[in-house]
Amino acid sequence: MSKNMKKRRFKNGCLWLAITLLAILFLLPTILTVVNSFLSAAEIERSYGAVLGGDTYMKEQVILRLVPDIATGEQYHTFLLQSPEYLQKFWNSVLYTVPITILQVAVSALAAYGFCRRPSRLRRLIFFGYLVLTLMPYQVTLVPNYLVSKQLGTYDTIWAILLPGIFSPFAVFLLTKYMQRIPREYIEAAQLDGANEWQIFRRIFLPQCKSALFAVGMLVFFDYWNMVEQPMVLLEQEELQPLSIYLSRINEGELGLAFAAAVIYMIPCLLLFLGGEKHLEEGIVTGGIK
Amino acid sequence: MKRRQDRKSASFLFLLPSLAGVLLFFLLPFGMVIYYSLVNRPVDGDFVGLDNYKALLHNKAFLLGAKNTGILLAISIPLAVLLPLKLALWLERAIPLKSQLRTALLSPMLVPVASVILVWQVLFHRNGSLNAWLGTHLDWFYSPWSILMVLLLYLWKNIGYHTILYTAALAAIPRTYIDMANLDGASRTRQFFAVKIHFLAPTIFFVVLMSLIASMKIFREVWLLTGSYPNQNLYLLQHFMNNTFRNMDYQKLSSAALLLATVMGAVIAVLLGIERRLDRDTEYE
Repeated sequence: MSKNMKKRRFKNGCLWLAITLLAILFLLPTILTVVNSFLSAAEIERSYGAVLGGDTYMKEQVILRLVPDIATGEQYHTFLLQSPEYLQKFWNSVLYTVPITILQVAVSALAAYGFCRRPSRLRRLIFFGYLVLTLMPYQVTLVPNYLVSKQLGTYDTIWAILLPGIFSPFAVFLLTKYMQRIPREYIEAAQLDGANEWQIFRRIFLPQCKSALFAVGMLVFFDYWNMVEQPMVLLEQEELQPLSIYLSRINEGELGLAFAAAVIYMIPCLLLFLGGEKHLEEGIVTGGIK
Repeated sequence: MKRRQDRKSASFLFLLPSLAGVLLFFLLPFGMVIYYSLVNRPVDGDFVGLDNYKALLHNKAFLLGAKNTGILLAISIPLAVLLPLKLALWLERAIPLKSQLRTALLSPMLVPVASVILVWQVLFHRNGSLNAWLGTHLDWFYSPWSILMVLLLYLWKNIGYHTILYTAALAAIPRTYIDMANLDGASRTRQFFAVKIHFLAPTIFFVVLMSLIASMKIFREVWLLTGSYPNQNLYLLQHFMNNTFRNMDYQKLSSAALLLATVMGAVIAVLLGIERRLDRDTEYE
């Protein structure tokens, strides 16, 4: 008996340990980013110069900072008050990501409804085309995007990013999968009441899909918030670049800023995540079957 | 009959905004891509048939990229599908700190790509922390192990969401089935294969597609980590396309893009075929 209990306690202890380790492993980059954002520029230079200074064959090793020698808000101060160009780029990111997220989800919700209401051979074929497009890496779709933006004269304007983003087929695929699971009986009942297509969409599909719409919106937001490829190909002007591009280019001299900028850049995602975690957990594939 | 027809066209209207956009921004220009792949110059080109494709299949850089991309997909997708499934089944049990763990698993979604890159450099650099801990002097970015570094990044980034998808699917399985299996005294493994997998099939299928999408997108991180010309274990198909785009080599780029689209199309057709069969099986239970 007591031997059994001991064994169980031991097993439980191992479980705790395993879970904590797993969680820390996953959280490590987040923790590092946040902690490092409170380091002074000099300390960052000392700690990471060996890695990020560009000279691969320096003798010294990097020092991973989990506790700063002196915590300082210096980087935040620089980012928020002394570098208007960063704030400008942060704002650019908002200007790209928010409309793309909202409109891509809206356009896709309509299309998903169209796909799953009356599956005909033609629609199945179109859906197949959408799926292939969704799976194409950006390097494939960027060429078409580039050609079109040149033709339409939107190259190097915000529209070069916005328009392909809004019509990107990614959300269509996810939402169609979800809507296919909405029970037929709901629709038939509404039809008996004389509801037309728009009413069915508005009154039955949209409320049923609330979680999915939110979850898909989050995925789209995270993706475009971090976009790198599109602006590099479709934009030339420095003033139009989103902060994601800028962050990924931050060089040695501004290394100190990088972490604070990253933390600030993470905040909108964090807020969205905290507000929508339960929607994510309700899942995309299973929702309708209850 | 007429009313039915009306309804049919009415629901087609919902497709129109998206269809118009996709046609204009993706499909029509894709037609140009097809054209480019069949001529020898972008302007006033002569029709050369499949010459561009033949040249491509003899291009060392393309073949290297295709090989590495193939290897990456072959390793990353099974792991991104199975590991989260295992985790989700594990999370089903009464374990401590469950919801905290779930949040931790999802946290990678929030981290900006740029700081992921910084952290990965700090960890995997020649002078980085990993070498310090392991006491090695491996240059991860330039070793045969570099693919492992990318794999870790990919899994770290995607496992959380996939686990959540499975968790939701598991929670949606009607209790009666599980209880029945419990009454029969079925073991966990038996329960999984006899009952759960049946309900999980659509989710597994979905996760396969999500993993495929994600493994195409991981190029962003690879590129930011190692630039346009990484070591030859990390040179992906996207590197090839990216570089040919910069050199304005439209013929090469277009034929590579179309070849990839064809292969993807075939893969998806197979996957959709399997899915439809699964759907038919579950419909008549």
